[in-house]
Amino acid sequence: MAADAWFDLLLAIVGGAVRVGTPFLFVSLGECLTEKSGRINLGLEGVLVFSAMAGFGGAYLSGSPWLGVLLAGCSGAALALLHGLLCSLPRVSDIATGIALMLLGAGLAFYLGKGLIQPQAPQIPSIALGAWSSSPGVQSALSINALFPLGVALAGLLAWGLANTRWGLVVRMAGDSSDAAKALGYSVNGVRIAATTAGGFIAGLGGASLSLYYPGSWNEGLSSGQGLIAVALVIFARWSPWRCLGAALLFGGAGAIGPALQSVGVSGGYYLFNAVPYALTLAILVATCSPQRQVKGAPMELGVSK
Amino acid sequence: MVARSWHAPAEAVLLPAGALAAALAVFGLFVWFGGGSPVEAWTLLFRGAFGDAFSWQNTLQRAAPLMLTALAVALPARAGLTVIGGEGALVLGALGCAALPYVVPGLAGAAGSVVVLAAGAVLGAAWVALAGALRQWRGVNETISSLLLGYIAIALFKHLVEGPLRDPASLNKPSTRPLAESLRIGPIMGSAGGDSLLGDVHWGLVIGLVLCVAAGLWLSFTASGFALRVVGGNARTARLVGLPTDRLVVLACALGGACAGLAGAVEVAAVHTAAHASLIAGLGYTGILVSFVARHNPWAIPPVALLFGGFAAAGSLLQRRMGLPDASVLVLQGFAFVFILAAEALRGRLFQLSVPTLVRPRLVALQGRAV
Repeated sequence: MAADAWFDLLLAIVGGAVRVGTPFLFVSLGECLTEKSGRINLGLEGVLVFSAMAGFGGAYLSGSPWLGVLLAGCSGAALALLHGLLCSLPRVSDIATGIALMLLGAGLAFYLGKGLIQPQAPQIPSIALGAWSSSPGVQSALSINALFPLGVALAGLLAWGLANTRWGLVVRMAGDSSDAAKALGYSVNGVRIAATTAGGFIAGLGGASLSLYYPGSWNEGLSSGQGLIAVALVIFARWSPWRCLGAALLFGGAGAIGPALQSVGVSGGYYLFNAVPYALTLAILVATCSPQRQVKGAPMELGVSK
Repeated sequence: MVARSWHAPAEAVLLPAGALAAALAVFGLFVWFGGGSPVEAWTLLFRGAFGDAFSWQNTLQRAAPLMLTALAVALPARAGLTVIGGEGALVLGALGCAALPYVVPGLAGAAGSVVVLAAGAVLGAAWVALAGALRQWRGVNETISSLLLGYIAIALFKHLVEGPLRDPASLNKPSTRPLAESLRIGPIMGSAGGDSLLGDVHWGLVIGLVLCVAAGLWLSFTASGFALRVVGGNARTARLVGLPTDRLVVLACALGGACAGLAGAVEVAAVHTAAHASLIAGLGYTGILVSFVARHNPWAIPPVALLFGGFAAAGSLLQRRMGLPDASVLVLQGFAFVFILAAEALRGRLFQLSVPTLVRPRLVALQGRAV
């Protein structure tokens, strides 16, 4: 390959990191908030599919992409609320509930989204950061999803809020010691339900990014495991919103390798390149987890690192 | 109120039955909101599943792999692990079964059949055992790793089926070379099945039933099965009394994975005759639900698998007669899963919910005043 081709490939991967990474960013932020309160929501995979469908349907029917984004967030919150409520019942495990929501979210999305496969919905606008360059490659790589800056702002807000506000402290207390939260008169289940629901709203925005920006249409294969990868990313990011941003971009880049190679004409091993994010996630989990001790930074009440 | 000896078994039947009834009720509401008739939907569900000999055959065909993929969840669950990689193990099992004749030519007859099925089982076992090993030795959450491994397995499957292993004769639908005639698994009744309930139901059903019974016997009546349940009950106690915890956990995962791999191999040898994308049909995911409804009890798996196999069989009838999307069965499964988990909260308390406890809060709310 010539130097130009390498440059194009690199550019496509960098552009793809933001494009593919945006849903990862939102889902991992939502999961980060949920896990800070002491519960793990594997159902965000289902939330992602369901909210992608709801966002697409909302934008298609109302004609406004931002109403679609709002609807995606709300439907994600509704599904996550179900998770929060179910897990508050005695003897109901959050892992099992998450698996149930994966199935339910996908089933509802496929059922209600049957009529949305053909039409085109108005898309989320993109921001042209590459306008200074005359090269169309640079321009297309730097034309980014308008939701992405929102996600970066949200990461900052979460990092600041969890560290410095009363609400952040209550959420972290419910996640680190439910006894302490109870002793101070807070309802642990109430805090966790609220955190899970808010996390579902944030993850729902990632669903909107899938169906209203990239790939920008609704079909049944829209999300295959991105939600789950994002859940694993939170472990890698050691429950820090800022590190979630970095991890999301890294995985966006890994997910963009397959399409980027295809765009420069390499087509062999298409499926294998698409599996790179899964393999990378697994490798990172193997590298960061340890059987002897809790992962550093993990909320103490969390079952995931036991 | 005192817990009586019949309470636990009564709950074991009443709770799942109630949860399924609730799921069917909500599903009916869902259909009603969409403008359909819930009564018609319920009727079609049961007619499509158990209405006549043809639907029974369809139901039994679908129940067979579900029994095996449910075992892939149930066995690790009894060792305390939530493994959901059945789908990945199933496609790898199918691949192993279809690919072995490429490597070992000249397989034929019943012995050959056993060898190709075993190849599928071994691949499935290795895949799920990996998730168990990663958890025991690296502390990686097995639910996440098994699902990730599942996605990797599906990518491998598609790569091999559409690339190196592709049969040049399969033009529209990439698939491997078909399995030799003598390696395939035939119907239980031979050619005499005809219109009976078993019809052309293949031997996979017998394999599923036998393995469910055997797994139940192993867990209930052998020392190693008991040791496994101790590990699942309390891993620390198990270590304290000197049980080889790590080995037992990986063994349970490997056995579960072998069942799912076998399910894929049987689907190839008895139904599809070659490995192609139609095998990725969510059987592994439905198996998770079946195992949870059966409370991970291998003996309860066959009837539950029969029920959900029946719902899956009725899906096409719902589609044809009422114009419902093909995902309606998925929605029903999702509701069933949610209600099954919620019902767990009532276990041990169902018969404690006597009338006085229900009335008492009201009296308190009225501050003791006479009504």
